[in-house]
Amino acid sequence: MAGDYKVPELGEYAEIPPLCPGAMSQSHPFEASPEHQKALGFPGELVEDWHDKAIGRLGELLDKTRSLRVYLDSCVRCGACTDKCHYFLGTGDPKNMPVARQDLLRKVYRRHFTPLGKFPLTRWLVGAEDLTEEVLDDWYSYFHQCSQCRRCSVYCPYGIDTAEISMAARDIMDHIGKGQKYCNEIIGKVHAIGNNLGLPGPALENTLEGLEEDIEDDIGVKVRLPLDEKGADILLVTPSADFFAEPHVDGLIGYAKVFHQAGASWTISTYASEAANFAMFIGSYEQMREVALRIRKAAIDLGVKRIVFGECGHAWRVAYSFLNTLAGPWDFLDPNYPVPQHICEYTWDLIEKGQLKFDKSANDHMTLTFHDSCNVARATRMGDKPGGQFEIPRNIIKAVCNNFVDMAEDTIREGTYCCGGGGGLLTDDLMELRVKGSKPRMEALTQVIKNDGVTHMAAICAICKSQFAKVMPEYGIGMDKIVSVHQLVSNAIILDGQETDEDEDNADAEPASQMEE
Amino acid sequence: MTALFTILFYAATAILAVGLAFKVVQYARTPAPLKIPTTPAPVTTGGVVLRMAREVILFESLFKSNKWIWLFGYMFHGALLLAMMRHLRYFTHPVWEWVALVQPFGMYAGFAMLAGLGALWFRRIFVQRIRYISGPSDHLMLILLLGITGSGLAMTYVARTDIVALKQFMLGLIRFDWQPMPSDPILMAHLGMVIALMIIFPFSKLLHAPGLFFSPTRNQVDNAREKRHLAPWAAKLEAGGE
Ligand code: SF4
Ligand code: SF4
Repeated sequence: MAGDYKVPELGEYAEIPPLCPGAMSQSHPFEASPEHQKALGFPGELVEDWHDKAIGRLGELLDKTRSLRVYLDSCVRCGACTDKCHYFLGTGDPKNMPVARQDLLRKVYRRHFTPLGKFPLTRWLVGAEDLTEEVLDDWYSYFHQCSQCRRCSVYCPYGIDTAEISMAARDIMDHIGKGQKYCNEIIGKVHAIGNNLGLPGPALENTLEGLEEDIEDDIGVKVRLPLDEKGADILLVTPSADFFAEPHVDGLIGYAKVFHQAGASWTISTYASEAANFAMFIGSYEQMREVALRIRKAAIDLGVKRIVFGECGHAWRVAYSFLNTLAGPWDFLDPNYPVPQHICEYTWDLIEKGQLKFDKSANDHMTLTFHDSCNVARATRMGDKPGGQFEIPRNIIKAVCNNFVDMAEDTIREGTYCCGGGGGLLTDDLMELRVKGSKPRMEALTQVIKNDGVTHMAAICAICKSQFAKVMPEYGIGMDKIVSVHQLVSNAIILDGQETDEDEDNADAEPASQMEE
Repeated sequence: MTALFTILFYAATAILAVGLAFKVVQYARTPAPLKIPTTPAPVTTGGVVLRMAREVILFESLFKSNKWIWLFGYMFHGALLLAMMRHLRYFTHPVWEWVALVQPFGMYAGFAMLAGLGALWFRRIFVQRIRYISGPSDHLMLILLLGITGSGLAMTYVARTDIVALKQFMLGLIRFDWQPMPSDPILMAHLGMVIALMIIFPFSKLLHAPGLFFSPTRNQVDNAREKRHLAPWAAKLEAGGE
């Protein structure tokens, strides 16, 4: 699986690697097939007049998007962002420095949209360049080496967000027939079936029934996972990975138990069985809106009063920051609750009100740390105070676990490192990039494993969970060391009528803890 | 010479004003279609004003990012501000009181500018990553700024120029009552470079100055769940689509 690249050696501190030009120029995800392209209304293959079309599309985007326009003008090449990208830190390829990545588009912008770049005598001065085939190749390669994590944006004195530039570049490439297979195929599946996996209704129903049985076998309580129940109060929109992948599914069981204990009436929708919205990754407002409108339709058809999102990073960005704009107004829902809510907000609210009971010792075999997912950390909020997106998940973990340790301060919260698989890069054809891009996070994790006895890392993002399960073994960490936050909730929660051997457990546990004291 | 500089000054001022106004209007009129503040972000307009103030006055993000660049950048920009305030004495008569107060500090600001610029240029040349991202215009900009600072310092500390005549020339420009310019080569170089800077301002990375105020990741309120944020073109899409 590792292919013929070297897994980076982990250092003590995130060291800035020496430049290694071209180190990742071979990285080239599979291109979308004509069917995948056409399903989204993009040309099937590279159009003949791709150069003019690309410049034309760039012009349109400049007129439609302030961020793009301002950011292409404002960079002063101060270099503050150069050591902030996990892909640069993991590969040493200078084109993975955020400013250099931006410059791939900026040089073409200068050439066609600025006076000094248009004028032949001054072109060289400002680094204006034509969009040649080589440049287009670079675009395809390096704009698919950006997970749109926005870490660079935190540290830029002007807030220049390379994610905005990558999204624009991918949109341009889609419009000339050079889309990426992974994203475009998935978006097509959502349009046709309702989720990224292409999991049809009956299969989903089966899966949920199976989970209900598992829970009953496990704890003896009948916890329901309702599907398409009209008149339910809450619509749960969750990433489809939650339906089957590990450790995602344990998180889903956790949500179900919380809903059960709260006595909530809730449902999943077949039609909107996907929280993820990969259209954000390809920078297409139109596609993103179409996917978002499925949630609106599901909410109306099922007659729900609230919408709650499951654990998924970029999905929460689209939900929290964009959903109201894309698919609102939500005036037909209960105005007493924010639309939408994060499952962590929902659970934490119940915990604060004292409505959930936990046996924290159920998680005593673990010492947890928490990975802030980039989109949640830097592009959303939870609760009503800035920074709630950091505190609420941690508060939940601390409410259900006895052992929690944070990783190094500059690698968490707003400075968190991407897992290495975000932004539409979670595909096997980018394995080398994913392994190398996870290096800074793996370093920080290894530190707390060594120094603080951390055994597991919790996350609230489907992409992070899948990515870590895949890359952690490359660094000698077991793939089961990544857990869902609601998996921890699920372990510890005590449901009414739950018949367990807890009493015995407690009897065992208490003397042990007293001995420690 | 006087005629040339007089014309150039007016032309440069016009280009700077019109060019900047064009860019500002262009930024203001380009819609920001989605809420993209870098979070944690303020949830009120007042909070955003504070955030922007911290960025403009303290370079907050740069401080988080890289202490050396912050130090040198801050040194340069702070000293530049002082020096520019001090220069108001050549354009006002009688000289405003606070300008007179700044005078003693302004005199030394040039050295701080020189040091800041020099250190930034040093980094640009010797730090591998920054050398990689630097183009000819990045070096030239520093050379130009160093030239302006150096020539200015030279007139204060080496070969003093006829300040009274200079002030008359400047006031003459403002009052459209043109006066001869003192024919001092250092002064001419100084003013020539300032004119060049004014002209390239709206076409160069100096646009970071207005750009910062229009940066959506910094100037947006984090209230996406409470308020819709529909761009005019998106509203059209919505009207056509549903
Ligand atoms: S930190 Fe911002 S201004 Fe500085 S080089 Fe990076 S993108 Fe450009
Ligand atoms: S958004 Fe993230 S992945 Fe993209 S350039 Fe910035 S730091 Fe790197």
